[in-house]
Amino acid sequence: MTTATTEHPVDNGVNVEALLSAREALSASPDAAKFKWRASVKWINGTHSRSTVGGFYGLGEEQKHKTTFSFDADHPEIFASEDHGATPVELVLAGLASCLTAGVAAVAQNRNIQLRSVSATLEGGMDVRGILGADSDVRNGFDGIKVTYKIDADASRDDIEALVAQSQKRSAVYDIITNPTNVTVEVE
Amino acid sequence: MRTTAVVIGGGQAGLAMSWWLSKRSIDHVVLERGQIANSWRTERWDSLRLLTPNWQSRLPGYRYQGGDPDGFRTMPETIEFIQGYAKSISAPVRTHTSVTSLRRTDDGYQVVTDSGSWQCDAVVVASGACNMANLPAVAETVPKEINTLTSMQYRNPGQIEDGAVLVVGASASGTQIADELQRAGRAVTLAVGEHVRLPRTYRGKDILWWMDAAGVFDEDYKNVDDIVRARNLPSMQLAGYPDHRMLDLNSLNSIGVRLVGRLAGINQGKFQLSGSLRNVCALADLKMNRLLNAIDEWANENLVSDQVDPPHRFEATKVEASPPLLADITSSGIKTIIWATGFRPDYSWLDIPVRDHKGFIRHDGGVVTDSPGMYLIGMPFLRRRKSTLIDGVGDDARDLSAHLGRWLRGQRRPKHRRLHAVNH
Repeated sequence: MTTATTEHPVDNGVNVEALLSAREALSASPDAAKFKWRASVKWINGTHSRSTVGGFYGLGEEQKHKTTFSFDADHPEIFASEDHGATPVELVLAGLASCLTAGVAAVAQNRNIQLRSVSATLEGGMDVRGILGADSDVRNGFDGIKVTYKIDADASRDDIEALVAQSQKRSAVYDIITNPTNVTVEVE
Repeated sequence: MRTTAVVIGGGQAGLAMSWWLSKRSIDHVVLERGQIANSWRTERWDSLRLLTPNWQSRLPGYRYQGGDPDGFRTMPETIEFIQGYAKSISAPVRTHTSVTSLRRTDDGYQVVTDSGSWQCDAVVVASGACNMANLPAVAETVPKEINTLTSMQYRNPGQIEDGAVLVVGASASGTQIADELQRAGRAVTLAVGEHVRLPRTYRGKDILWWMDAAGVFDEDYKNVDDIVRARNLPSMQLAGYPDHRMLDLNSLNSIGVRLVGRLAGINQGKFQLSGSLRNVCALADLKMNRLLNAIDEWANENLVSDQVDPPHRFEATKVEASPPLLADITSSGIKTIIWATGFRPDYSWLDIPVRDHKGFIRHDGGVVTDSPGMYLIGMPFLRRRKSTLIDGVGDDARDLSAHLGRWLRGQRRPKHRRLHAVNH
């Protein structure tokens, strides 16, 4: 593996030491590793809704983000909507983008690779006849997602590709999208 | 019955340990549940050959003497080789002796077997890493009308009911079984998760020759970044075919095996396949190339160029543009699933609390630190990368028998003094 031999220590702003010691501690106490991530949503009008995230559960107790974050979702005007926010499927792409990119930074830090810039574009193909109910053979979701990274770093092309590959291997959202998950929806 | 050390398991690991214990004049017995090399006799398919070349079976005091050092042993030849070893070193093996319990006593260990019990000061667990098939959770959801078997139960294509076959797992076993079944005329789908791709031959030499020569196999467990990961790596995707042909996903693809993502679930009559196929293949290609780079660097420094062929790279793993994510069980025609998803050891007889939350014995390079006098051998990356190879177990046995000897001496000193006082 190529390692940076600069006089300055590699710093991508990721505290890998803390992550590695968390991994060590949590493999010894699996209960503390059980997290619950939560979101809540309120319908506003039409296809416009607002989701918020604030609290979650982890390390054996309730936890809180520093602030409550909210995300407006809607659909564009060509869907006869008012376009007050991103479409939910775009939020999924944003989730994947952020998850993979956080992974790239963490893996780079762990492998002693200094990043200078990281950007990516994501594109998910979709045949909307699925969600419109126009053709029952067409899937509702993406028929595929393409992620294209541009990375400038002190590393060979092979090492950069390995970074990106490893970030997929460790990504929660990548796993959520590529593997099935049981979803239970109930009405109170 | 009493002895100083009991070795549980009469395969290559137990026998190599026996050789070293004898050399260090430590009384011992080797307990074997079946015959010598039992797993090799009863838990392997008919056509299997060792994936290490014949020369690479150097055991303490024993090595290959035949005329085909670069060939690959069949299972009968492997059994003969290990049996020959037991004989040549006169190992004190008790065959057909199954251990039913191992427990601590006030002054050592008690090993209970189906033919008597042994009291001893030290114990070496050499019962193997591959006693049971390790099935994924999805195995429990397979519909009843589908036949399932593990790579340990697979023998030959004749045993498999007519119809298409899904082989789950693309390491050494899964790829070889997929290859054999497809060549026997079955339509084979191979579900591919994380795997370790390796060429059989590189620059005119066997890949294992390179890894041996360049010191890759000697890598010490203490120098590895992430030993847990290194110990959990899937087996090398290699096969010991007599013609030395390369077995990889591209070769399987070229004979018609359908490659799909990891089997992630079975729901509403459909196989759910992971969308990660492209990434696991990219990872395997990258890691293979990293190893080849290291080999080239080593060759530049250590070999004259006419000793080997020039460097080259292998074609990237070909993955179809949109591998299927769902496969209807009925229309796929799949009648049989073969699980080639790895193995785990069986410690159902172990009555000492030295296992971690996943059931594996906690150890430091084979020294079971929570239970002094107890040792483990023959596990992946126990002390070095080659620890599970027939070729690698000898060095581990040397190190661990030395530790065991030191420990015995430490134990005996006060005891002898006590005995002395009583006699006078």
